[in-house]
Amino acid sequence: MSQTAWWASESLWRKSAIWVTGVSLIFLIYLTFDTLPYIKAGGTNVPGFSVINKRVDYQYDEAKHRYVPVIGQDEPLFGKMLTEEEAEALVSKGKLTTQAKNCMECHTLLGNGAYYAPDLTKAWLDPAWGSKEAREADMVAFLMDPTDKLHNSIGRRMPNLGITEEEARATVAFLKWMSAINTMGFPHNFKTLDQSDAPAAAPAATAPAAAAPAK
Amino acid sequence: MSALGVFNMANLNGGQKLGMKYLTVSLALFGVQILFGLLAGLQFLVPDFLFGIVDFSVNRTVHVNALVVWLLYGFMGGVYFMLEDEAKHPVVGLGLGNLIFWVLTAAVVVVVLVYLLVQVGPAEMSTIWLIIEGREYIEAPRWADIGIVVSMLVFFYNVMATFTKGRYTGIAGVLVMDLMALAGLYLAGMAYTPNISMDQFWWWWVIHLWVEATWEVLVGCIMAYMLMETMGVRRKIVETWLYIEVALMFGSGILGLGHHYFWIGTPEYWLTIGGFFSALEPVPLVAMVVHALFDSGVHKMKNSNHPALGWTVGQAAGNFFGAGVFGFMHTLPQINLYTHGTQWTASHGHLAFFGAYTTAVIGFFYLVAQKTRGNVWMSGNLPGNGWKWKWAMAMLWIGMIGMTVSLLIAGYAQSQIERAIEGSTWMGYFAAQGHPWFTQAMTWRQISGYGFLIGYILLVWDLLTIGKGETRPAQVVDAQSH
Repeated sequence: MSQTAWWASESLWRKSAIWVTGVSLIFLIYLTFDTLPYIKAGGTNVPGFSVINKRVDYQYDEAKHRYVPVIGQDEPLFGKMLTEEEAEALVSKGKLTTQAKNCMECHTLLGNGAYYAPDLTKAWLDPAWGSKEAREADMVAFLMDPTDKLHNSIGRRMPNLGITEEEARATVAFLKWMSAINTMGFPHNFKTLDQSDAPAAAPAATAPAAAAPAK
Repeated sequence: MSALGVFNMANLNGGQKLGMKYLTVSLALFGVQILFGLLAGLQFLVPDFLFGIVDFSVNRTVHVNALVVWLLYGFMGGVYFMLEDEAKHPVVGLGLGNLIFWVLTAAVVVVVLVYLLVQVGPAEMSTIWLIIEGREYIEAPRWADIGIVVSMLVFFYNVMATFTKGRYTGIAGVLVMDLMALAGLYLAGMAYTPNISMDQFWWWWVIHLWVEATWEVLVGCIMAYMLMETMGVRRKIVETWLYIEVALMFGSGILGLGHHYFWIGTPEYWLTIGGFFSALEPVPLVAMVVHALFDSGVHKMKNSNHPALGWTVGQAAGNFFGAGVFGFMHTLPQINLYTHGTQWTASHGHLAFFGAYTTAVIGFFYLVAQKTRGNVWMSGNLPGNGWKWKWAMAMLWIGMIGMTVSLLIAGYAQSQIERAIEGSTWMGYFAAQGHPWFTQAMTWRQISGYGFLIGYILLVWDLLTIGKGETRPAQVVDAQSH
């Protein structure tokens, strides 16, 4: 081969590599700046931490053709209204608990993590908690000592991770806050716990925290 | 140079001796990864196995962290191994490189021991600093993060300074830029925030921009050197291809980051950007297949190291199928809505890491085995017809394909039962996990894992013995490359 065609020349591709990389990076940086206001707490898609004072639900939106979080009336977590700062401190403690206990290596959060245990994105709204009246206490009890509580029919259990009551309550706050993030319809088709104020008819036997032995 | 066929470190230059240390730890950690993968896999089948002692979360943490670290060690070893050859200059800062090797290795051992023995901590920042950060792939506590960044900076300095004092080739230029990005990106994943959306946004900067961009380019550099070394492919051709790959890889991979921004609270436009650019991500991988096959064909498969070439061609194919096809398969948001966070991801992850990176590092292991025995013959007509490397390769591939396909079937079952029908609730999740389609698939995954382990054992045995007592020097290939 005597003459290299222009499209196969080394210098053309060197320049292309530099330009393509540079332009892609500029776009990424621009999009990052554009995205940050959506995902900051209190941003377009991510609620402020004090959303844990409200009822959170997740319903299908006909116009958008996807499920969206629905923020409702006052419904303070553990019956106590918190300021934004107090709520942030509580949620932060819960988030720290999920990291310190390495939750993500069994569960997924926002769909990311490991696949040995259920996704936690909408765990606060899961119908398996039975009734909204029992939910908070059951979640705390479950987190503190999950091992011998009923989980499922296949014998997979959550180990006791030494979660204190304070950490468990904070984790519940974190989960409630996370369930209010607008995740563009993920997970799809999720049917939430009945949170209406009418007397709940849900049978408690399906609750994972029901004090039945695992086997 | 000592006698042919005798293992002797005197056969290596300074950079290669240091590279050899990294590659030795790399091979050992590969074994650790397999072991803990098998333990975690077994817990899917026998949930009470090691329950409360070494739980699934611990096994999987070690499994995925060993993966990241052994590949990084493999890359660093590969780069040190080729550095003096490429720069035509002894490694600058070799003493520092050696010191950092020992410090980093000691740190890795401590981190793994803490994972295994301490496991979790209280919800305090001290846990994040000293025990575990609890974020998949980058669980290492913050003290180790700082150590990793310092190590990467020393590595970057050694590579850059060596090229600067010696000569800058095309491969050198790409490598230096890439390593700078690699070290810098890690910083994006170190901060704590209570906001999970913000957390995962930056977390993906590290994970994605490492694995689907900078690592791919790094391995492209190593493969480029390998093709010149084993087949004598001309530098001009190899470097032109490398530039093409960089252009396509970064052109698709940087904004391909968007496929991780579908469901974490990020704005809707990421569905379009992520879907579009990640659909392009297989393109550079096709280019790499064409490149490897074209070069092999042009050189009529004549090369100085058959096992290394076998793994190089396997790398091209595995990267294309694992990262490219299996990635594309569930990367469009319309599909990903039902597959995100299921065994589909595990299926893709297994074949992609194996195809793109494991194969490349194993190919490099063979190059190193050849050089340490005085650059012996490793082409055709090996003793026993080279059965060990062939069977090692066959078992590793069969095991991996078995795991990948099994996990994919498990993923299908999840998408249908848990996601589409049951709507992703807790009960829906377990309805899928207990379904025979899922459990049978996980059984086959485990069996395939044992096959993979046999392949690994054969590989180690082969690497320790190949070329032993060999009296023929390496086949001479076209020497135009240097």
